[in-house]
Amino acid sequence: MAIDTRKCVGCSDCVVACQTENNVPVGFCRDWVVEVVDGTYPNVSIELRSERCNHCDNSPCVRCCPTGASHFEDGGIVLVEHNKCIGCGACIEACPYDARYSHPDGYVDKCTFCIHRVREGKNPACVSVCPTRCMHFGDLDDPNSEIVNILKNRKFKSLAPEAGTKPQIFYLV
Amino acid sequence: MHTRRNFIKISSIGIGATAITGGVVKWAVGSSSSQKLSGGIKSSPIWKKFPTYCEVCFWKCAGWDYVTEDGQIQKIIGNNDDPQCNGRLCPRGTGGVGMFSDPDRLKTPLIRVSKNGEQTYREASWDEALDFIAKKMKEIAEKHGPESMALFNHGSSGKYFTHLLNAYGSNNVAAPSFAQCRGPRDTGFDLTFGESVSSPEVTDIRDTRCLVLIGSHIGENMHNGQVQEMSEAIDKGAVIITVDPRLSTAASKSKYWMPIKPSTDIALLLAWIHVLIYDDIYNKEYVAKYAEGFNELKEHVKDYTPEWAYGITTLKPELIRNTAREMANAAPSVIIHPGRHTSWYGDDVQRSRAMAILNGLLGSWGNRGGIFFKEGFKIPEFPHPEYPKPAWSWQDTLNGRYQFAKEAVTNTIIEASIPEEGKEHIIKGWIVSGTNLVVSIPLKEQLMKAMQSLDLLVVVDTMPMEITGFADVVLPECTYLERYDDLRATAHREPTLALRMPAVEPLYETKPAWWISKQIGERLGLGAFYNYTDLKEVLDWQLKQVGLSLTEMERIGVKKFARKTPVYIEPGSDHQFKTASGKIQLCAHELEAAGFDPMPKYTAHAQPEDGFYRLIYGRAPMHTFSRTANNRNLVALMPENAVWVNPQVAELWGLKKDQYVWLKNQDGVISNFSVKVRVTERIRWDSVYIVHGFGHHHKPLTYAFGRGVNDTELITSIKIDPIMGGTGMRGNFVTFIKDKPKQEAKS
Repeated sequence: MAIDTRKCVGCSDCVVACQTENNVPVGFCRDWVVEVVDGTYPNVSIELRSERCNHCDNSPCVRCCPTGASHFEDGGIVLVEHNKCIGCGACIEACPYDARYSHPDGYVDKCTFCIHRVREGKNPACVSVCPTRCMHFGDLDDPNSEIVNILKNRKFKSLAPEAGTKPQIFYLV
Repeated sequence: MHTRRNFIKISSIGIGATAITGGVVKWAVGSSSSQKLSGGIKSSPIWKKFPTYCEVCFWKCAGWDYVTEDGQIQKIIGNNDDPQCNGRLCPRGTGGVGMFSDPDRLKTPLIRVSKNGEQTYREASWDEALDFIAKKMKEIAEKHGPESMALFNHGSSGKYFTHLLNAYGSNNVAAPSFAQCRGPRDTGFDLTFGESVSSPEVTDIRDTRCLVLIGSHIGENMHNGQVQEMSEAIDKGAVIITVDPRLSTAASKSKYWMPIKPSTDIALLLAWIHVLIYDDIYNKEYVAKYAEGFNELKEHVKDYTPEWAYGITTLKPELIRNTAREMANAAPSVIIHPGRHTSWYGDDVQRSRAMAILNGLLGSWGNRGGIFFKEGFKIPEFPHPEYPKPAWSWQDTLNGRYQFAKEAVTNTIIEASIPEEGKEHIIKGWIVSGTNLVVSIPLKEQLMKAMQSLDLLVVVDTMPMEITGFADVVLPECTYLERYDDLRATAHREPTLALRMPAVEPLYETKPAWWISKQIGERLGLGAFYNYTDLKEVLDWQLKQVGLSLTEMERIGVKKFARKTPVYIEPGSDHQFKTASGKIQLCAHELEAAGFDPMPKYTAHAQPEDGFYRLIYGRAPMHTFSRTANNRNLVALMPENAVWVNPQVAELWGLKKDQYVWLKNQDGVISNFSVKVRVTERIRWDSVYIVHGFGHHHKPLTYAFGRGVNDTELITSIKIDPIMGGTGMRGNFVTFIKDKPKQEAKS
């Protein structure tokens, strides 16, 4: 996934759309918006970005899960199998992005990239609702995909690369 | 061990660039459905979907309500065929279901009664409530004439009550959206171009090369289509110039952010006009062909140099010149955006005029990337007898003031409701539909006096907003998700129609406004004006007149029509503007004849005293006015507002991040509740900023009660625009109170 910070207005539509799409209980969220302010008035800049599970290639959450509930689904999407999860919270501690939360029903929950939609050929709910179209979702292995094209042509960064988790969400700057 | 995350994280995770590490996502579209899905992840079920258009704000995006097998509204998704949203609703539209599921909704009709000397409400049946209203309305008509009933409205429901009042014999219908909001802009553009910019605005942001925002914070005001187009313009490399004392979201995306000293916008606008004319970079061909009054304007702005403006605005002359050049380079694909909420300082029509004049000099109106010509699709009105002609109307309440008001001015209707010896036009009854006057009208004393003097005050709403506490009768309306409504006929780039139909049955005893209006009308003997049993018949009749049907619209939700007229001025055409002379009025002699300046002048406005800061207010993208502060699907995104304070000011006052303070204004008014401090470099040192719509003091709003502060209660100094009656609200100043003041919060 690539997210264009030049276009994001921080409206949090991605958060609401995720909640209604995925029945996220009130008070919790699988994605959220961060605002970073830099500089002093009047030389100030802000960056707005929508954040969620980075579906890391080298995922500490998968590695530390004692039951195998946290796993890689086909295509590298990191998922939690709710039935197998015992809610120990090791993954919550291990995640450098604080992307997971304890669901009131006793398991750990997080972004699934809306895999149920993706399997139907749709975009994740956050991507499809975004009024600014600042999010792009696609196959990083397909050299002809829109997302690969965007990443070839734009400057981008990922979050906390020093954690070494190989995050798979790229922020266009 | 388990962390429950704060809802929106404001953090600063380390910034660093990284190289792409190779792809991982290898899903196959339509891959085998036998694949075991992880627990809790269901594939999309087949839900019923019903067309609607949104009522959380005035943009009215069309969408689909998805209803589950057990009758729950699961989600609301934009309609791909609707050019107003392109299939993407904003957070409020996406969270609109929270209006339906709000536990605090009005549930039954309520009638005010006196019980043991104390006033209270009792639940009433619809028949009882409607009979009561009809009886009172008959009495008012007999005693004072039907003109003495007025309506205040906002949103889709207003239309049915307008029909009721028109049939009854009154056209005293006012909306805060004029005098408290877009009125100055509409009047200023109308005086210049002969028409205004409509809603949704006819700004061609999508194709513009230069967008100039004067205090307009697109992105924070979530006017969906405009936000989408601004994003597209960013992609296409448009230059954005934002004039704002606050680094708004839009300002942060701008090539030029001009952190102007508040209240000095007209000085900047005049300097821009000066540069365009005296540097000879205005659109000469366009001005020669379509405008008049150029020589007067040239003479008028002679001395308004960028150096002159520097001393007033604190913006460097070079910045003023460079930005003027950017506009000229982009012309005619340039928009000086007219804004929307423009009732700021009392000379707002003149500021809007200056913005319109700039558009005129650059040739933007009628050109691609500027301002386009709208086209709508006309739906015939359902037949009804001719309305009776009222003996007097809202124009008569103006008493010679506000000559250029083309819509009723709320303030004068309120004024006319206060009985005074010898007052010729008196208003005795109000219907209030979909507007929380207590929070939208800043003239509180006058408002309270008026409401105390009425013989009848009916409030129709879905929620127990503050205004319901003043009503004689409260009528619970069902939400937009539970009702049919009039067709949305939009005039914009493409003419469109959109249908709203119920996704579910109304909860509780709630009823749609069309039904309420019809019931009152019939009780008043106006049945001939309601010659149908269900609004569906009206919609189907209207649609059949234009070759469509209700069944078809229920299936598609939105119908687009081909344009018949050009979007822009056709090359070589002799376009006539809608002014009296057919030309753009750079110098408005019409204003001069009425005793006003024909061209804008800069007037110095009051500045804050020591220790006070100008109160600036605005919007957040996840809230609409004061109406969403109780919506559980949205409140977690922003449960309360915060007062934005520059770090230098915070240091001076010893204010810490997230500390709660009370605000006191120049007239000694202290906020009902305390507000959290947000220390940020995004705001000027002479101003503070809060998002409008919080600080509800009505306890039945169980979530919103007491969260944040209400800017309207601190806006006690009003500068009225003499041209059209707008209430300028930006001349108020506040200071901080750190310890709880003695006054008790009202409930």
